[in-house]
Amino acid sequence: MPYDKFNVLKSAVVPLSRENVDTDQIIPARFLKATEREGFGDNLFRDWRYDVEGNPKPDFVLNDTTYSGKILVAGKNFGSGSSREHAVWAIYDYGFRCVVSSFFADIFKNNCLNIGVLPVTVSPEFLDKIFAAVEADPKTELEVDLDKQSITLLSTGDAESFEINTYKKENMKNGFDDIDYLLNIKGEIEEFESKG
Amino acid sequence: MEKKTLFDKIWDAHVVRSVPDGPDVFFIDKHFIHEVTSPVAFLNLEKRGIGVLYPERTIATPDHNVPTVDQEKTIKDKLSRMQVEKLRDNCKKYGIELHDLGSAHHGIVHVIGPELGVTQPGMTIVCGDSHTSTHGAFGAIAFGIGTSEVEMVLATQCIMQSKPKRMRITVDGELGKGVTSKDIILYIIAKISAAGATGYFVEYAGSAIRNLSMEARMTICNMSIEMGARGGVIAPDETTFNYLKGKQYAPKGEAWDKAVAYWKTLQTDEGAEFDKEYHFEGSDIEPMITYGTNPGMGIKVIDSIPTTEGMEGSNKASFMKSLDYMGFAPGEPIKGKKVDYVFVGSCTNGRIEDIRAVANFVKGKHKADNITAWIVPGSREVEKLAHEEGLVKILEEAGFELRQPGCSACLAMNDDKIPAGKYAVSTSNRNFEGRQGPGARTLLASPLTVAAVAVTGEITDPRDIF
Repeated sequence: MPYDKFNVLKSAVVPLSRENVDTDQIIPARFLKATEREGFGDNLFRDWRYDVEGNPKPDFVLNDTTYSGKILVAGKNFGSGSSREHAVWAIYDYGFRCVVSSFFADIFKNNCLNIGVLPVTVSPEFLDKIFAAVEADPKTELEVDLDKQSITLLSTGDAESFEINTYKKENMKNGFDDIDYLLNIKGEIEEFESKG
Repeated sequence: MEKKTLFDKIWDAHVVRSVPDGPDVFFIDKHFIHEVTSPVAFLNLEKRGIGVLYPERTIATPDHNVPTVDQEKTIKDKLSRMQVEKLRDNCKKYGIELHDLGSAHHGIVHVIGPELGVTQPGMTIVCGDSHTSTHGAFGAIAFGIGTSEVEMVLATQCIMQSKPKRMRITVDGELGKGVTSKDIILYIIAKISAAGATGYFVEYAGSAIRNLSMEARMTICNMSIEMGARGGVIAPDETTFNYLKGKQYAPKGEAWDKAVAYWKTLQTDEGAEFDKEYHFEGSDIEPMITYGTNPGMGIKVIDSIPTTEGMEGSNKASFMKSLDYMGFAPGEPIKGKKVDYVFVGSCTNGRIEDIRAVANFVKGKHKADNITAWIVPGSREVEKLAHEEGLVKILEEAGFELRQPGCSACLAMNDDKIPAGKYAVSTSNRNFEGRQGPGARTLLASPLTVAAVAVTGEITDPRDIF
């Protein structure tokens, strides 16, 4: 469905340096029992964020008021495992619009692009720089410019370019999803199908 | 003539068009849906005011959240019940074939597709579930998708996909005693890591793969996603054709002969190039088990948990967090660790061959007192066969509790949860934190190893009690 257009995002970040964060951590399976796409942000990182009684765990970054912002910065191989799009719904619903890591799992990355969360892949060195800068100053901001395909650490001026294909970039800039494109070429698809 | 891989042959035949500097418009032959990842897709179709383009290309079954006891009664959990009812309503509304709870072919979507003969060589198959890669065992391109893509397939029978790179993993030679296909795939993932095949589509080849049954091949392809691969494929051969022949949706008569002639062309051409290749020897593989919180953290049952030597920074920190969660220390042997639960089931190892392996192993033995043993068939068909072959009796005499088909404790969406802090040795596919219940500690292994653990009550090499 249509989502907010993405152009330039300037924001402080929430750092989650742990590697191999799978989608079961992002949203555990027991919270997938909805028939509508609402409220998933409440259970984002549920079992890291709350104890069994539902009390916030103070040592988890989402419960630390020092950190805030619309950009989640995560360790490598973020989003592995289950194909549940609910993981990205939870990230979006919580308020993030961009996830930065040095490596993303494939299906997770596709799911992000389909609902308007920008996955930005940076080098491991740049990722380390971000973590170091945020540790030194939690208010450190990143600027993500989709059109220029650049990500800048504003405190130091360090910048990198990131990859995204032209098609997906235009979609994100306009808030379009793939289904709009597919519906426009329905005739061509029907012809393909009939040739079986 | 251009030399092509099996993967290229199938992929290229399904590209409706390629978007310049963008993805391919990729046509999907068969689409499986279940109750958890489809409701929002149907809801969005309604919001857009559009219908399902080819309902006959989609097949549905409720599997993820269903109870595995009293399936004939109304589902107690309100949210689960709503999802299952929503699936029924949507199937009825759009004319989609549903294999409902209690029907002859109800089961885990990746178990019933092959059983029905829906899954066939050369096809493209998707489902809102990452273990859709299972169907690759038949020489099909099959992979998991998100709910937005489920919506696209329902509306247009296509998704927008960039073509993955090609990887071939060859396993040659004979497998040793007590070594199963589950050990092969756990070994491969331990070697190349949980992200080692991200960006790739894998072809499994070599004599050790070729010698496997269809059930065993499905176990391997099933776990392709656990090393990050989009999917895994095995070239179809006589084993594949023999499995499919006579299945409900398999072609019949002349159409069968024609289909087999085409399926035989689905091979990687001699000299075709892969972007990455790995070779392993079957004789190097031994019974495997995981010790950490991703499927790449696996070792031979006879080995010790790795030490942190050579690890640095966030790598070391992530490793230690994993071990803390599991209650293990670096460098200690895994054998002999006490276990609380065993789980036999899931789309990885919930097929009849798996149940047979466990039953043969525990025949005349009894589970250890400290073990709770659940066995959950992958489908009604598997359950029926297990009864007919006398396996259920053997398992019940050995102290196993047989439940009704579903995903069950693999992801613990229903009541089949491992309690916090308890250890479960499981034939399923993921050992992520909390996967089998909040705080549960999962160790992945083959059905044989799980059977051995059930009998001794601790981590055991199945070769020690043959």
